[in-house]
Order: sequence, then C-alpha cells, then structure tokens
Amino acid sequence: MDALMLARIQFASTTLFHFIFVPLSIGLALLIAIMQTMYVFKKDEIYLKMTKFWSIFFLINFAIGVVTGIFQEFQFGMNWSTYSRFVGDIFGAPLALEALLAFFLEATFIGLWIFGRDKLPEKVHLACIWLVSIGTMLSAFWIMAANSFMHNPVGFVLQNGRAEMNDFLALLKNEKLWVAFPHTVLGSFATGAFFVIGVSAWYIYKKRDVDFFKRSINIALVVGLLSGLGIAFTGHAQATYLMHAQPMKMAAAEGLWEDSGDPAAWTLVTSIDVENKTSSNRIDIPYLLSYLAYGKFSGKVEGMNTLQEKYVLKYGDGNYVPPVKTTFWSFRIMAGTGGVLIVLSAIGLFLSFRKKLETSTKYLKFMVPVIFLPFIGNSFGWIMSEIGRQPWVVNGLMKTADAVSPNVSAGKVLFSLITFSTIYLILGLVMVYLFVRVIKQGPHEKVKEDVSTSDPFETGEMQNATK
Amino acid sequence: MLLSELWFLLIGVLFVGFMFLEGFDFGVGMSTRFLAKNDLDRRMLIQTIGPTWAANEVWLVTAVGAMFAAFPHWYATLLSGYYMPVIVLLLALIARGVSFEFRDRVESEKWVKTWDWSIFIGSIFPPFILGLTFASLIKGLPIDADMNMYAGFFDIVNTYTVVGGLTFVALSYLHGLTFISLKTDGSLRTRARKEAQKWYAITGGLVFWFVILTVFYTEAFSAKGPILIPLYILVGILYGALMLLLRNKKEGFSFTVTGIILIMITASFFIALFPNVMISSLDIAHNITIYEAVSGDYSLRIMTIVAATMIPVVLGYTFWTYYVFRKRVSKKENLNY
Repeated sequence: MDALMLARIQFASTTLFHFIFVPLSIGLALLIAIMQTMYVFKKDEIYLKMTKFWSIFFLINFAIGVVTGIFQEFQFGMNWSTYSRFVGDIFGAPLALEALLAFFLEATFIGLWIFGRDKLPEKVHLACIWLVSIGTMLSAFWIMAANSFMHNPVGFVLQNGRAEMNDFLALLKNEKLWVAFPHTVLGSFATGAFFVIGVSAWYIYKKRDVDFFKRSINIALVVGLLSGLGIAFTGHAQATYLMHAQPMKMAAAEGLWEDSGDPAAWTLVTSIDVENKTSSNRIDIPYLLSYLAYGKFSGKVEGMNTLQEKYVLKYGDGNYVPPVKTTFWSFRIMAGTGGVLIVLSAIGLFLSFRKKLETSTKYLKFMVPVIFLPFIGNSFGWIMSEIGRQPWVVNGLMKTADAVSPNVSAGKVLFSLITFSTIYLILGLVMVYLFVRVIKQGPHEKVKEDVSTSDPFETGEMQNATK
Repeated sequence: MLLSELWFLLIGVLFVGFMFLEGFDFGVGMSTRFLAKNDLDRRMLIQTIGPTWAANEVWLVTAVGAMFAAFPHWYATLLSGYYMPVIVLLLALIARGVSFEFRDRVESEKWVKTWDWSIFIGSIFPPFILGLTFASLIKGLPIDADMNMYAGFFDIVNTYTVVGGLTFVALSYLHGLTFISLKTDGSLRTRARKEAQKWYAITGGLVFWFVILTVFYTEAFSAKGPILIPLYILVGILYGALMLLLRNKKEGFSFTVTGIILIMITASFFIALFPNVMISSLDIAHNITIYEAVSGDYSLRIMTIVAATMIPVVLGYTFWTYYVFRKRVSKKENLNY
C-alpha cells in the first residue's frame, strides 16, 4: 500500500477511535454537572454519591479522550503536510483557538474539580464542573468549525498558492458548522445519557441500589429523550444543507444515480451496483426525499451521473463520486440508531412515569446492550460525512490525494499505524476492564487505607526531616 | 515589530512556558523511580502535580496549534520531517497521561507497577525528544527548495542533539526535585533537596558540554553571539548560585533558579533560530524564515486579538489554581492518588 492509503487509514482509524471517547466525555460531563447541581440545591447526599460514582467513568474516559486527541492535532502536519501548507492559514486558526479557549479551561478546571473538593466553597466547586462541561462543548465547537471548512470552505481567498483567511466571521457563521455542531453535541449528550441509562438498568434489573439508580436513570432518560429529538431535528437540517452545498454526498447517501422524479421518494434499502452505476431492488418511501431535502413534499433531487458531468465541466477530468455503498449504508445506520434512541428513551420515561420501570425486566435487560448503540450512530455519522466528502479533502478546493506529505514514506506511516493501533487497542481494553470493574463494585465509595500511620520507619524519617 | 515576529515570539513563549511548567512535571515523573522508596512516596509525588499537570501540557498543544495557524510551513515541515521522534513523543505523552488516571484504579501490585513504569518512561522521553528537536533545529536539517525535510536517522540523532536531549532530561529532573522540595513535607522534602545536590554536577556538566558543542556544531554563536554569550554567562552564574541555595535550603529560590535556567536555555534555541524557523543544512537559500512560513496578515490579526483578550484570562485562572493548591502535600491529607 502507498503512503496515501496508509495515511488515510490512519486518519480514519485514529479519528474514529478518538471519537469513541469524546462524545461520552461531553455527555457525562453534562450529566455529572446536572447531578452535582441537584446536590448543591437539594442537599440530598444521594446526588453527591451519584456525582462521585458517575465521575469515575467520566475521568477514565476523559483521560483517554485527551491523550488520543493530541495525536489528532499533530497528524495534519505529519501525514498531510501539503494540506497543512495549503489551508493552515484558515484551518489552523480554529485548532489554535480550541487549545487557547477550550483545552486550558477543561484541563485547569478538571484539576480544580478533582482535587479541590475540600479546598473550594461548594458553589465554586460546582462552577468548576460546569466550566469543564462548557469546555468540552467549546472544544467540539472549534473542531467542528475547522471540520466544517473542509466540507464547506468559506471566509477565504486563494492567493500565494494557498487558502488565506479573509473573513473570520464567515468561518464562525459557516452554515455547515451550525447544522453539524448541534447535531454532534446532541449526539454526545445522548451517548452519555444512554451510558447512564444502560448501566442503571443493569443495577435496577439486579435489584442493587435501586433508589440510587432509579434517580440516575430518570435524569438520563430526560436528557436522552430531549437530545434524541434534537438529533432528529438537526439531522434534518443537515440534509437540507447537503442538498445545496454538497449535493454529491446527498446523492451518494441515497444511492441515486439518475435524477429522481418529482416528488422524490426516499430509498429505504437498495442494492447498489457501482460498476454499472445502477441501484436495483429499491424499497421506496414516496415523498420522503423531497421532504428531507427541501422540507416540502415536492422537488426533485439530482443524481450522481448528472453531478459527475457537472463536476467534470467545473473541475476537469476525474471521478467525483464518493464510495457510494459506504455513504449509503452509513447514513442508514446512523439515522436508524437515532430513531431507535428516541423510541427507547420515550418508552423508558413512560415506564418510569407509570412507576413500572422496576418491574419491566425486559426493557431493563434490553437497555444494557443499547449502551453501544449511540457509539455506532456516532461513528457511522462521521463515516458518512467524511467518506461522502471524497475525493475532496477540502470540498472543491483540494483533493485528498494531493494533500499527503511528499517526504513521508509508506514504511513510516505503516510503523506509526501499527504502534498507534497497538497502544489504542491496549487503551480500549483497559477502559473496558476498568468500566466492568467499577460497575461490579457499585456506587459504594471505597476508602483508601492510610498507610502512613502504620509505618514506624516513616515516622522516624519524619522527625529526621524536621530537624 | 511585525505580527509575524510577534507570533514567533509568542510560540517561543509557549514552548518556554511549557518547558518551565511541564519541566517540573516531567521531573516529578522521573522522581517516582529515582526518589520514591515506596508507594506512599509515589502517591505523594504524583499528588504534587496532580491538579495541574494536564493544564501544563496544554501549553505544548497550544504551541503546536499556534504554529499550525501562524506558520503553516513551519508546522508542516517540522512535523512531517521529524516523523519518528514525534511518534515517540506522542506515545510517551499518551502513556504518561493515562497512567496518572489508571494507576490507583486497581489494587494490585502488578497493575500499579505497570503504570508507574509507564509514568517514568513517559516522563523521560518527552524532554529528551524536545531537546533533540531543538538542538537539531539550530544545527540545521536537510531541507529542500520545496520546504520539505528529508532527514535520515543521523541528521536528527547525533552527538550534539543527544547531548541536547540529555541536557533537557537532566534539567527537568533537577527542576522537578526543587519543585518537590517546595511542595512536599517530611522525608521527601529533605531527600529531594539532597538528590538535587547529587545531580547538580551531572546536570551542570551536561549544560556546559551542550553549550560548548553548540559553538562547534552550529552557527548560533557566530550569528547571535552578542545575545547568547551574556545569556549563557548568566546561566552559569545562576547555576553557581543554585549550589548555595540548595545547601542553605532556600527552596523557593532554588525552584525559581532551576526554572529560570530552563527558561533561558529553551529561549536560547529560539534566539539562535531567529529569523529562521527551520535551517537547511543543504543550502542557506533553503532556510525557511518566519516571513516565508507565516500566515496571511488578516489571519494573524484575528488571532492576535483573540490571544490578547484571552491570554490574561487563562493566566488568571492558572495562577488561581496554583494559589488554591499552594499548600505542601503532606501525609496527613487525603491523597487523591
């Protein structure tokens, strides 16, 4: 394999791995902040216990999220130096601002929050976790601002052989940013919520600490349902955005080769034949694609063949069709998980409201594996969005194939791919191991033995030292 | 001053700040093996940096981010050129970062030991790689007319750069020791001071050797002598004074001095580099200057405005954090680790 392919695999794998932890961090930070707020205002010890218990997961997860994030920042320069030279002027800015405006906030206040429990006034300590939560969202905002530029480049001029920023506000007002950022953050809230729901359901099912976990699950169900609805709403906004800004991605996501009829039907499933450029055995839902694309029940959608011809005229010879099958199926998996999450959180809230949650063993059991569902949705959402952007690294400006570092050999990329995959795999396993351990232990605070009092040798040393 | 020069200075300051702050964190990491006698010692040592090490690391992340935004060519040439050292640096930072969080999660000796090693290794490699990188940056690297760097192993790893790396490791350790004697109580406090006196000669020797090699291996002195010579003389004077401070148990001053030495040595690289960001060993015409590597003026202006507004805020809560955790870590308090 050549360096380009390996660099692409590395980017995809490290980004997807990093994005297992990020949404969970964002989601849990919010839930913990809510729990601690309830403690501070209701003065009920159980909420303090909740804060502490769920924060164990948060901290383990946060640590891995942070360290895998560092590589993301370096990777552009390492594997994609041509890209970095071309867009650094405008793409680098949000990354630098993320560090300055979000990372410092998160890293400082998480330290204050963990270590400052006994040193800070209660409300100041509460403010710390809220600042961490805001920090995680700000971080997402700047990353999405950078990423949105790749999909919908705005606020720049082409001069001196590169894209130079000429309108910072345009970068912040990027339409793609304002459909993608809320969608991603709400997806993250749902990820945190369904984690808490799943773990709590397991305990309630096992009849352990039922009161504790019923309160946890109720908070999480509310957050889960609200964010689920938000995901659907912002997802729809994404589709209408795609129609005019990245129509090729939309067409690929629909497996649509020829232009659709008017009104356009939405394809539930189909078998795609990339070689002959056809999709057969379609199951269609009438009107739906028109609605997704335009928010009304009429209007036709251009197919990939039409768009390919247009792009050849505009950008010259080349294949402008992204990997269709991946885009098509990722979209369906993503949207499907979103729908399921809304239904499941609504059922949960209904059961809880009717005071039937404890006895609904089927529901409780079912919610445990559902923990993984948001992660699947998140990952396929990214795959759809980024694969659907191909062959462009910056839509309409630079192709992925032209972005790679010319001076980095395939061997080097392979080496780093192997080392990072190994380390990431270990981190993943350690996290699962720790999570399972914490879940088995339950929410009872473990007291660390103070070894200092039982070590006479140490006491002698102490006296020595104070001489 | 031009905006490009201001941003060169700012990135320099970020790296200098990183070496000052994370320098003692790395030193504390190393001390978990050299200084600690038992698990309680280790827990106390880690507790001294627990609340702040993560934020200190952000200085590096910000420096690299600012490099990307303000000097895309510097960022691209540097990171693609130093591919292997960067991988080692990142793996070390990853291992270190998670170990602090993981080490006390399972009560098993094997578990704790594994992550303690990971902290130790993760604390030695980053200063070494940074020293290696800074030294080879001012020595010059094979950079072609397209700004791409094609460095072989010995372009990056050679006597001069290895001494540079070791100097940073030793200085970080010494800085960590003065930090520990300032931040702990009891036997650790005394032992850290004694260990610092023990490492004093070795570290001083390395710094001296490195400065001598810099004269022979680089153009730094012929180009920037009038600034570098007084700077290094000052380092020498301060280093001499450090012995007295350590002997007289002036912990606050000792820490300040090891910090200033780290600051001055890190700053000397940026002084030597200016106005280049990368020096080519192939042809002086291939040197990349800050004026060639820089982003557009508009971009720099925007970032200057944001930085000018936000840096005081960041510094404000950073200082506040150190104020909150100003007390010495003693055995009496609840350790988080």
